[in-house]
Amino acid sequence: MSLTESLAESIAGSAYTAAPRRWLDRLLHRNWGRTAVIALPYVFLVLFFSLPFLVVLQISVSEAEGVKFKSLWDYADGTLSLHLKLANYAFLATDRLYVNTYISSLRFAAACTVICLAIGYPFAYFMTKARPTLRPILVMLVSLPFWTSYLLRIYAWKGILDDRGVVNNLLLALHLIDEPIKMMYTPFSMTIGMVYTYLPFMILPLYGTLVKADPRLLEAAGDLGTTPWKAFWLITVPLSKAGIIAGSMLVFIPCVGEYVIPELLGGPQTLMIARVLWEEYFSNNDWPMASSVAVSMVALILLPLVLFNRYQTDVRGEGADAAAPAGGPR
Amino acid sequence: MMAPSGALQTPPVPAGPPAGDFLRVERLTKRFGEVNAVDDVSIAIAKGEIFALLGSSGCGKSTLLRMLAGFETPTSGGIQLEGREISGLRPYERPINMMFQSYALFPHLTVWENIAFGLKRHGQAKERVAQQVERMLGLVQLKPYSQRKPHQLSGGQQQRVALARSLALEPRLLLLDEPLGALDRKLRAQTQFELHSIIKSVGVTCVLVTHDQEEAMTMADRIAVMSAGRFLQVGAPREIYETPATRFVADFIGTVNLFDGTLVEDEPGHCVIQTPAGRFYVSHGITGVLGQKLSVAVRPEKIEISLQAPERTDANCFRGDVVEGAYFGASSLYRVALADGTKLQVSVPNSERHGAVIKVGAAVYAYCSPESLVVLTS
Repeated sequence: MSLTESLAESIAGSAYTAAPRRWLDRLLHRNWGRTAVIALPYVFLVLFFSLPFLVVLQISVSEAEGVKFKSLWDYADGTLSLHLKLANYAFLATDRLYVNTYISSLRFAAACTVICLAIGYPFAYFMTKARPTLRPILVMLVSLPFWTSYLLRIYAWKGILDDRGVVNNLLLALHLIDEPIKMMYTPFSMTIGMVYTYLPFMILPLYGTLVKADPRLLEAAGDLGTTPWKAFWLITVPLSKAGIIAGSMLVFIPCVGEYVIPELLGGPQTLMIARVLWEEYFSNNDWPMASSVAVSMVALILLPLVLFNRYQTDVRGEGADAAAPAGGPR
Repeated sequence: MMAPSGALQTPPVPAGPPAGDFLRVERLTKRFGEVNAVDDVSIAIAKGEIFALLGSSGCGKSTLLRMLAGFETPTSGGIQLEGREISGLRPYERPINMMFQSYALFPHLTVWENIAFGLKRHGQAKERVAQQVERMLGLVQLKPYSQRKPHQLSGGQQQRVALARSLALEPRLLLLDEPLGALDRKLRAQTQFELHSIIKSVGVTCVLVTHDQEEAMTMADRIAVMSAGRFLQVGAPREIYETPATRFVADFIGTVNLFDGTLVEDEPGHCVIQTPAGRFYVSHGITGVLGQKLSVAVRPEKIEISLQAPERTDANCFRGDVVEGAYFGASSLYRVALADGTKLQVSVPNSERHGAVIKVGAAVYAYCSPESLVVLTS
């Protein structure tokens, strides 16, 4: 048998015949109930997220024509011409206000994430140290704020931080201060509001990973000469990395795009992208500009999310790459 | 089925300074609420000895081990290692390392980093750490796997990493908590010998906890059988098997036929016990009172059965019917119902390929020698 013959046979045997058959097999033996269950969230996301987002994307690159938008393409004389107005994006990248607002949003979100982590980690850690019978109650207490409206809880902070609020009144009554401290409508009040709102999203995933930690690993570390404090940093913290990342994402992402809290608790110093967005849409009525702000914001948030997903697949894929060198993404 | 195996043949424990003074446990007690998990236990272990704590779950063996490691504080009593009281020291201050049950390897660290963990904590120089880790990897034959994470290893390999990690600091005392418990049967038999030879080659003194008598017998120089927080018997594997001190020990280690009876004759060289199944003539005397209630124990492999009557039938010989028979290859196990209803377990080695076969239902004589019997008073 010549080489070409055997090659042809091997191709015919494997690719040309087996592949369609396998494909057909899969189609016939498919578990349609399962597919439907998996497809449902996808359908939902496509209908209510992807499609509207594509509409926003379209608006961001189109030219306003009164209340309507110019079509993105036209076809005349056998030529299809595409009109993508990128001026908005160019403006976004060069305008001081937008750039500063993006940076400020990211900074506030980052600060909130760090503060949430600093409060949430010890909180979650001591939750896992509580008696097992007490733990479900603690988890419930952490999620208790969700039972009242988020808007109400933000308003409540006004009553606490106002010039005539609880804190100032108390300090005045104790004669610790002579005149009210300005707390409302400052970065301080906004940060408090965001940390307060998003703390449970940090605590719950952290608790989830920490509670699964094997106490014998700490014993083993102690047995090998490590003090409990060092063992915490060498064993507990690295092993809760997934929880730290998940919690940070859950706090950081909504914080970047937060609108209500900056609106209610923030002031002139707290530039947040969502407020700019609202102004473009509803005060300036510049929908293409507003849409390009929105698209940039999504892109900005997507970046850390993609990184996170890559990390997660790395963690799960570890079993497969047995020969991979140690280390990898830390 | 338990074969009468002894510890592996190893050079005897060197007769150095007063044997048994290396590790001393004195009247150690640990109380949890109302229960004494460990109840007034004392032991002395010699340097280089492998000492097994054997018992079923909840007997206190793990608590005793954890007190040695420092994870539990004794309610009372003391622990001395080389004459130094260590019961007040924290786990990380003791020159003792433990190989944990199901290993407790650090999942985020490689094999190399796992073994180096303790060395780095003790602030050793980089080259010294690397050198020692390489030595340990060589000892457990895991050099090609040094860059893998624990979950990329088989159970047997994980076990060897755990051993290497606990030996890396060259501890004065090595503790093993169910060292082979997480391995399947076939692998266990092989690993048992490997583990034993590594520990003996290093020469470290070792206390191991197990519920598996075979593991205890192959690994240990001495075994302490534990129940309800106390030592029932401490001795070499052969001693525990051949001369159990109590009914519990006889029953716990291997299979045994027990006969309750009364003492009818007691001389320095022998004694006779009358039981409902028949008379037992035992080749050792006991210090008992005539009429005393006691038991006679005999292992299944020490009884012979035949279709013909043996020479002497006045004692240690019983007639019965074979009610069950099981062929195991190396040996066969028969259950013989005696006249009084007692069921006797008899193990017969299949030394000939086509020897006489005793069928179920056959009427047989079962007999044993006076030397094979043990009298138990408690």
